[in-house]
Amino acid sequence: MIKENLGIRKSDVINRRMFIVGAAKIIIFTGIVARLFSLQINENKKYLTLSDKNRIREWRLPPTRGNIVDYFGNIIAGNLKVYQLHIIPEQVENFNYLLVRLKTLLNLSDKKIQKIVDLKNKLKPWDSIIVSENLSWSQFLKVNNYLYDLVGVKPVMTISRNYPYSEMYTHVLGYVSQPNEEEILENEIVKERFVPGMKIGKLGLEKTLENQLIGTNAIQRYEVNAYGKRINQLEHQKGLQGSKIRLTLDTEVQKLSAQLLSNKAGSISVMDIYTGDVIAMYSSPSYDPNLFLFGISQDDWQLIRNNPLKPLINKTLSGLYSPGSTIKPIVALSALENNIINQNFKVKCTGKTELYGQTFHCWKEKGHGFVSLKNAMKQSCDTYFYEIARLLGVDRLNVTAKKFGLGEKVLGEYFDNEKRGLFPNTNWKKNNLGRGWVLGETLITGIGQGYTQTTPLQLCLMTAQIANGGYKIKPKIIVNDDPLTLKDAKNSMELQSLQKPNTRLFNDSKNIKIVQEAMFSSTNEQFGTSYRSRIDNPKYQFAGKTGTSQVKRISKRERELDLKLEQIPYKDRDHALYVAYGPYKNPRYALSIIVEHGGSGSKAAAPMAKELFKLIIDRDELRDKQSNFENINI
Amino acid sequence: MFQRDTLNSELSFFQKIKEMDYTLLICIILLSIISLLVMYSTDGGEILFHTKSHFSKLAVFFPLMIFIAFFNIRYWHTFAYLFYLLIILLLLYVSFFGLKSSGSQRWMDLYLFVLQPSELMKIAIILCLAKYYHRIKVENVNSMISIILVLSIIIIPIIFVISQPDLGTSVLIAMSGLIILWLGGVKVKYFVYSFITFLISLPFIISFLKPYQKLRILTFLDPDRDPLGAGYQIIQSKIAIGSGGLEGKGFLKGTQSYLDFLPEKHTDFIFTLFSEEFGFIGSVGLLILYAIIIFRIIRIGALSRSNFSKLFCFGFAFSIFIYIVVNLSMVLGLLPIVGSPLPIMSYGGSSMLATMIGFGIVLSAKINRKQTIA
Repeated sequence: MIKENLGIRKSDVINRRMFIVGAAKIIIFTGIVARLFSLQINENKKYLTLSDKNRIREWRLPPTRGNIVDYFGNIIAGNLKVYQLHIIPEQVENFNYLLVRLKTLLNLSDKKIQKIVDLKNKLKPWDSIIVSENLSWSQFLKVNNYLYDLVGVKPVMTISRNYPYSEMYTHVLGYVSQPNEEEILENEIVKERFVPGMKIGKLGLEKTLENQLIGTNAIQRYEVNAYGKRINQLEHQKGLQGSKIRLTLDTEVQKLSAQLLSNKAGSISVMDIYTGDVIAMYSSPSYDPNLFLFGISQDDWQLIRNNPLKPLINKTLSGLYSPGSTIKPIVALSALENNIINQNFKVKCTGKTELYGQTFHCWKEKGHGFVSLKNAMKQSCDTYFYEIARLLGVDRLNVTAKKFGLGEKVLGEYFDNEKRGLFPNTNWKKNNLGRGWVLGETLITGIGQGYTQTTPLQLCLMTAQIANGGYKIKPKIIVNDDPLTLKDAKNSMELQSLQKPNTRLFNDSKNIKIVQEAMFSSTNEQFGTSYRSRIDNPKYQFAGKTGTSQVKRISKRERELDLKLEQIPYKDRDHALYVAYGPYKNPRYALSIIVEHGGSGSKAAAPMAKELFKLIIDRDELRDKQSNFENINI
Repeated sequence: MFQRDTLNSELSFFQKIKEMDYTLLICIILLSIISLLVMYSTDGGEILFHTKSHFSKLAVFFPLMIFIAFFNIRYWHTFAYLFYLLIILLLLYVSFFGLKSSGSQRWMDLYLFVLQPSELMKIAIILCLAKYYHRIKVENVNSMISIILVLSIIIIPIIFVISQPDLGTSVLIAMSGLIILWLGGVKVKYFVYSFITFLISLPFIISFLKPYQKLRILTFLDPDRDPLGAGYQIIQSKIAIGSGGLEGKGFLKGTQSYLDFLPEKHTDFIFTLFSEEFGFIGSVGLLILYAIIIFRIIRIGALSRSNFSKLFCFGFAFSIFIYIVVNLSMVLGLLPIVGSPLPIMSYGGSSMLATMIGFGIVLSAKINRKQTIA
């Protein structure tokens, strides 16, 4: 009985203690349910997002750049399909074996192999490594034949920049290439859209118009597993191609410019004198931008870099030259405008002028005798211009030169390599060289030597503004949304000059006329410096001014020797310049030509103008028809 | 005397069927079906290795449970110590000749399947201590000798299991043992004192932990300190559960598990997959099912006449409860990651074998509830 009693007592203990445990269990279970509630109900959104972030991965593809077309809609920077070879590291079974196979198949260098290995260590295993960006068709076939053996290799067809006119537009367009880290960080849009394999503009318009040309990424969304392997594609979002940019340039004129300057160093610029459209802008020699697309080879690069004619320099915008006699129209205009002279003012040229014991020579040793303004311009008499420059003074000359665009950038922000050039005055010298102006310097400034430095495009703009009757124009290379027709341009020019006096560059339109006539005589009258390059047909007839700019001071001995061009070392030969506009009766186009170390302007530069005007004026009608952007189908 | 004999006399087969606890049985069957469905989902919606293997284990162990149920619980009382000793021997065997896997040595190869004796120890310790407290006089429960004896019964297997090393299972064995001590009437102050002692010695215990075990505790405290390394499991588990929401992503549609973000989704993290696919409603449903099972077991214990049955049922109910709580707290990020399976749901033979044996004994206790054990 005692045992029984104890037994009952024991079971009481057990039951009582069980009750305590049971209560604890209910509390703990409630706690777990509360935790479940907080995770699944309260924080559901947060974890749902995390879960999607886990499983959905985006692959962005490089955007397609916008096309750049010439005035007539010809694609001058387009896109081509190219064959590439990618490795997807996560799919590769044996990386070293694969590399050995690819090395023999594609003749890859050890350096390239090392680069691939570096990339592999840097990138995530699902990011593809680009082995070759531009496979030739035969290489592509070869790889495809051995594909069974190359696990993890993917031949890809993609789109790459292409410049169909190769070197013709290099200095205008620049080129695209793989960006470096700095370039990616510099530009917000590039930073946002960058994917491996994307290229950005490195130079020229490709660089300055990057944000318009770039386009948007196509996006592919995949569901991936925990190891990053793609399970299935969820969606494909197409990217937008970058904006199409239409330039004012004419490929035919550009082509002729390239031909004329082949094997020479120099530049040709052609401009519409009313609209300011740059019709041609060629710097010679040029180079093929397509070489840079997939990384230029050392050999090609050295060839370009070491070329003595300096293809890397855009001479049209960054080449600084003494304008030589091409400045004379401005000197003459300035003298007329300041009432220093009238058109009948005469100077006797004896071949040289003495000033404070210094001798200033005219190019013609025997002298021109008594010359009027017109004859001085026609024969480019230096003595005449020494004299009127002396009377005028450099500061007044500077004012006129500045008005006509010397010493200022022509295309402004579009090219970061454009130079401003320099037109001196007394203040400039005092501020920059710390010495006072010397009268002798005024004299040589009057014939475009000395401190004056101009770019070929500035000379072209200067000539255009003389040709259009002395109105300021805004040069442009990109056709904007409402391109001006000729009539509109002419009308607005006169209208604008009434509203904004500073677009009128003259006081008396008679003076412009006098200078125009003088330029006409220089080309179309006997003894004119470019008489031999004239065209008599009034449809093509043009007026111009030659220039020969000294590269170094001519010593007395050299002057006596009077060497032929071929006898002078290339580096010491004069630059040949020519500025002109036409047709004379109803002017429309202005141009400037410079041939580096080409000798005299009349022999080396002026004949090119003849060829150019024929073509430009023949294409005039076509160009007018094309003025409406919308009509062009590209 | 006569009365006792009639009470202790064997029931006929039909009487046994009549006395079976069908609520518990149905709940176990329901749980088994759910576990098969979830296993099917972990196989990616196909009947592959894990599903087949889990099914075959159920097919063997469920009948085993019924078989045990028809056995008189008296025999378990009789052989409790022996059973305990047998498992100790198995643990001894494993510590010398056991199979090694991922750094621990816990398994023995039985040709048909691989047995983990430490799982069986969870049952054996309850049986052993239940018998001990069934037999001991109430006055002696708190005697020094008794306390030392029961503590050694608990500590001996734990030493083996910890050295495997398997912290999770040894903690569960200790909990299962201690609950019997509690139910058996060991004074509350002993529990309080030892709890205080435990807290004080905690820093020393931690210094004895293996580096990976310390890492787990650190990771538990801050899962984001190494999100791709040690914290990965718990972060992914929380993401899976949290993203399940109210209704879940749907059967076979759990992206976290389907795309392999979940680690050990067949075993310790099975609840994560279940919760991702069936949401809050499903999870609470599963918890309710477990709660019913636990409640039924306690009820059987309460109805049982013998203290052995009582102690076993209460102890087993508690250990089932503890397995669930430890497992769920782990996957919910409430406890550090210790390997502990979810009863029946998790893939793994030994755990299921132990649980089914336990259920069998409980069912037997129900059938023989009016019996006293001398």
